[in-house]
Amino acid sequence: MRKIEEKIFKGLMIAASGIIVAILFYILFVIISRGLSSMSWEMLTHIPSGGFYLGKEGGILNAILGSLFLILGSVLLSMVISIPVVMYINFILRKNSRFANTARFAFDILFGIPSIVYGAFGFMLMIFLGINASLLGGIITVALLIIPIMMRSIDEVAAYVPRDLIEATQSLGATKYETIKVIIRQLIPGITTAILLSVGRGIGDAATVLFTAGYTDSIPTSLLQPAATLPLAIFFQLSSPIEEVQNRAYAAALILTVIILILSFSARYFSSKLSKSKL
Amino acid sequence: MNDKLRVRLIKNMVARHYMLCLTVFCLLIMFIIGTGLLIKSLPVLKEKGIWELLTTSNWRPFKGDFGFLSFILSTLYVTLIAILIAVPLSVLSSIYLSEYATRNVKRIFSPVVDLLSGIPPVIYGVWGTLTIVPLISEKIAPHFVDFSTGYSVLAGGVVLAIMIIPLIISILTEVFNSISRELREASLSLGATKWETVKKVILRKSLPGIIAAVVLAVSRAFGETIAVLMVCGNFTEIPQSIFDSCYPLPALIANNYGEMMSLPNYEAALMFSALLLFSIIVLFNAGSRLMLYQINRRYQL
Repeated sequence: MRKIEEKIFKGLMIAASGIIVAILFYILFVIISRGLSSMSWEMLTHIPSGGFYLGKEGGILNAILGSLFLILGSVLLSMVISIPVVMYINFILRKNSRFANTARFAFDILFGIPSIVYGAFGFMLMIFLGINASLLGGIITVALLIIPIMMRSIDEVAAYVPRDLIEATQSLGATKYETIKVIIRQLIPGITTAILLSVGRGIGDAATVLFTAGYTDSIPTSLLQPAATLPLAIFFQLSSPIEEVQNRAYAAALILTVIILILSFSARYFSSKLSKSKL
Repeated sequence: MNDKLRVRLIKNMVARHYMLCLTVFCLLIMFIIGTGLLIKSLPVLKEKGIWELLTTSNWRPFKGDFGFLSFILSTLYVTLIAILIAVPLSVLSSIYLSEYATRNVKRIFSPVVDLLSGIPPVIYGVWGTLTIVPLISEKIAPHFVDFSTGYSVLAGGVVLAIMIIPLIISILTEVFNSISRELREASLSLGATKWETVKKVILRKSLPGIIAAVVLAVSRAFGETIAVLMVCGNFTEIPQSIFDSCYPLPALIANNYGEMMSLPNYEAALMFSALLLFSIIVLFNAGSRLMLYQINRRYQL
């Protein structure tokens, strides 16, 4: 009896794991095969021309570049905020300080807040500041979304910085600020992983940019112009009744998926390097 | 004190204060978001009262009727289906991974979980409309109801289930790992089989962790927007069966944002739904995170 029960459950466990792996491959297969059939060089290198949304020629270069500009801006903004915060709670405050733990708790909660709430809040903030839907609005909102991700993942590696290193720097007479500069240099692989994770999350998120970044057929040339983004390009074109336009949504989905795959594998590569060097 | 030292000390002071300010600011963000949403939704709250907003289902923005019941129920149904599908799958496979799987299997599985959690919602949406929606309308629904477009509660639930699986697995793996080796070995040495150890020791010990993981997954499912928007059909009626279309709260916000400015109280009503999501999710997250901290602390000692 005991043996049979164990066998049944082990079978179920293997089946469950198998199903999960199969789902991933099925998703990738559907997106890639559907996307490849409508993929073209023009999609990558042209902006939409007249009649694009009726199925005429053009590409989604506007959305690709828009997404890149947007993510570049928000990653920079969130680095400027999250790296100092992580350094502060790890290296200036005492170990196990109540304030640091409260901060970690707050970041864990912020991490769980859905992107649509950030989107709504970002929009509110923009009205308050008098900014229209623009690259800048999108950058601020996406930064709000990825700051918790970045903080949590840098915080995780910061715990492994050898105490000896900190003590050695300080015994040489360095100030805390100078010590932190040394630590940051040590943390570069960890920070890189954190950046890749945040880029992956930020570049694919549609709900944050839906109201804040706007949408345009041209390539933005200033922070105050609206910017098209890949997830929205997929979303809008898929809801079109015209088949050619829908096909472009599949091609755009393929582009986004390839970007995510590259980011995910490079993040893995950097974090494996990190665990090897035992930092 | 020479000048060089003074400069270094000043730099140190400035950096310290900059870091402190940023940390405090980040702690305040949550309150700023909450207060902002509350202030913006006050007009509609004052006019209708929270009870009427939550328990009526008349949604006629042009007449000033804002009843959220059908959206709230849609969200609950979709989430319930997602949890029913995702929890058994993820619990079974995380037990397998932490107790049975060889190192090689783990090595294959961990990038799979990473990738599943990395795929953007909009891609899940595309996949859902290409596969799940036609599957439901052509193969599954005809056995049960006369007609279904496939854009339905069930489609939303299935897509959401896949989206929350990686979250549950990653938390559960941590929870199972936190159970000490001695406990397992004690059970095995008393003659229990591996499965009995799993069932009577590991699952029982990690029950709080499993609950915390499920609560986190529920709150993730509550807030998911674009994927759900793309496969649920967005129809403002209380769904009668899982093959009916539905209209979860986040989809409501996303769909109506642009046009909301002209109607009185419309913006306030949408902000109220954001506030609703925000408060429930913050509450759920706070509860389950505290639970997970406790688990970690107990086993680290």
